[in-house]
Amino acid sequence: MPPTPPKKMKTANDLDGKKRRQASAKSVVNSFVVKHRPFSFLRIAAITGNTFTELVRLKVFYFLLIFALLLIANSLFMARLSFQQEFQVLKDVSLGAMSIFSSLLAIVATARLIPRDLEDRTIYSILAKPVPRHEYLMGKLAGVLLLLALSILAMSALFLVLLFVREHILVNETLRATASLRPEQIQEALHRLKASAFNANLFPGIVIIYLKAALLAALTLLISTFASSNIFTILVMVFVYFIGHLQATAREYWLQDHSGGWLVRAFLALVALAFPDLQLFNLVDDIVAGTAIPMTLFSQTAVLGCVYTSIYLFLAWVAFQGKEL
Amino acid sequence: MIRWAIIFSLLLVFGTLRLSIEAALTEQHRSAYFHQARLGLDLREQIGQLGFLAALSGFRSLVADVAFIQAHVAWERTEWGRVLLLFREATTLQPRSVLFWDMAAWHMAWNASVAASHDPFLTNNALRHKAQDEYVALGKDFLERGIKNNPDRPQLYESLARLYKEKLNNHAAAARLFARAAALPSAPERDKRFAAYELSYAPGHEREAYEALRRLYDRGEHERLPTLCSRLKYLEQKLAIPLDERAF
Repeated sequence: MPPTPPKKMKTANDLDGKKRRQASAKSVVNSFVVKHRPFSFLRIAAITGNTFTELVRLKVFYFLLIFALLLIANSLFMARLSFQQEFQVLKDVSLGAMSIFSSLLAIVATARLIPRDLEDRTIYSILAKPVPRHEYLMGKLAGVLLLLALSILAMSALFLVLLFVREHILVNETLRATASLRPEQIQEALHRLKASAFNANLFPGIVIIYLKAALLAALTLLISTFASSNIFTILVMVFVYFIGHLQATAREYWLQDHSGGWLVRAFLALVALAFPDLQLFNLVDDIVAGTAIPMTLFSQTAVLGCVYTSIYLFLAWVAFQGKEL
Repeated sequence: MIRWAIIFSLLLVFGTLRLSIEAALTEQHRSAYFHQARLGLDLREQIGQLGFLAALSGFRSLVADVAFIQAHVAWERTEWGRVLLLFREATTLQPRSVLFWDMAAWHMAWNASVAASHDPFLTNNALRHKAQDEYVALGKDFLERGIKNNPDRPQLYESLARLYKEKLNNHAAAARLFARAAALPSAPERDKRFAAYELSYAPGHEREAYEALRRLYDRGEHERLPTLCSRLKYLEQKLAIPLDERAF
């Protein structure tokens, strides 16, 4: 029987080596743990990019965009039909189209995000990775907001080009028609024409349209966190859209008129407190009619839009955080 | 269930917090002439349920444009009653559009009133005059309501002044309105001149008119337009201004 080798006594060096190995393993683990930050813009950007690509690939959105652009182009034709108010019609139709299409796009695009991810099971692979749920929601919303921004930019560009072309044509016509008048009369005619065509206040109006769409997108995200289907989310949001435009009326009756019964007042209070005031974001109607928007008013409205979007995103996170997937 | 209760409570808390902010912001919007339209049940009867719904959903201006175009078509067909109703819709939906008020007043006080004076269905001149006066009054009413909604814009003051001058032969009132227009920051230079011209036609205001015209004349060559010179010359003679003080 071969002699059994004597049990090697653990030296101080061996103990140190084991500790070193353990320490190095720990540091490797720690390095992975440290690398995973609780909040990462890169992760959000990845989800945003993915959501944006996914949305852009959907033909329905191309259709909506083309439809919106066609409507704006059509407004040029309508402008020719009406007589003195051609610019007003052009601006009304264009900005109205921008408002409805951005709102529709916000609702329809956001409503399908979570249900589709659940259906495709991509949500499981995303959330199985170290991606917190708030980042997932932020990325999804940012993707929609990016899509909305690009859509509104495209529509605005087309609208401004149409406005410029129409103004140019009318300036030439006016110059021809007023050739025999005094220079100051020609100047005044041109000044009136130009003042009714392009108005710098249109830009804040377009920004407010975008903020309204962003608010609707965030609210749709909140509804879609507990909705069973995207049809339900869209239907709820259509109601919210209409009620939101009446919220200011409900609020005023609730706060000022004390003639209704308690049931009516309770209902009005519920509408005023639970629904967003979308009328506050309807400034383009009056901007087109020539009303100037002061910068402070624009800033306050814009801040309110951002607060609404943030709060609805936060509530969506609260709802989504506890959701069993 | 608890989560939904929490979310709903948070929504209500947010609603409570924003309530006063939104009310204040709405007031600020209104003081900057936003959201002036008052959509009542009478308007709902006029524009129909679909139009009313569209107006409530943020397409007020678009519905107003449609009403305006329809009014234009009705004017081409000389359906004056329809023109009046459609302009009432358009101006109610878009009270900040000076064009709507101005066109409505022009159609009523000028076109419809002239058409009434030649209306073969009205049996005698007294009825024609009555109808004519009523249309002028409707035009005046459009302009007065337009001014209430747009007190910051000179165009409607000018239009009402023209109506007083041409349809009501009230030059003193026309002068007052031109002067009010001239006081606004965006008013054209001519409003001051027009106020003085109208005053020169108003009986009993000759001295006042002379002083206003003289002030304009003294400003320099650019104000010495043919009408100003002729009215000033007329008043100098009428008021027997000493020769050494006269411009002409």
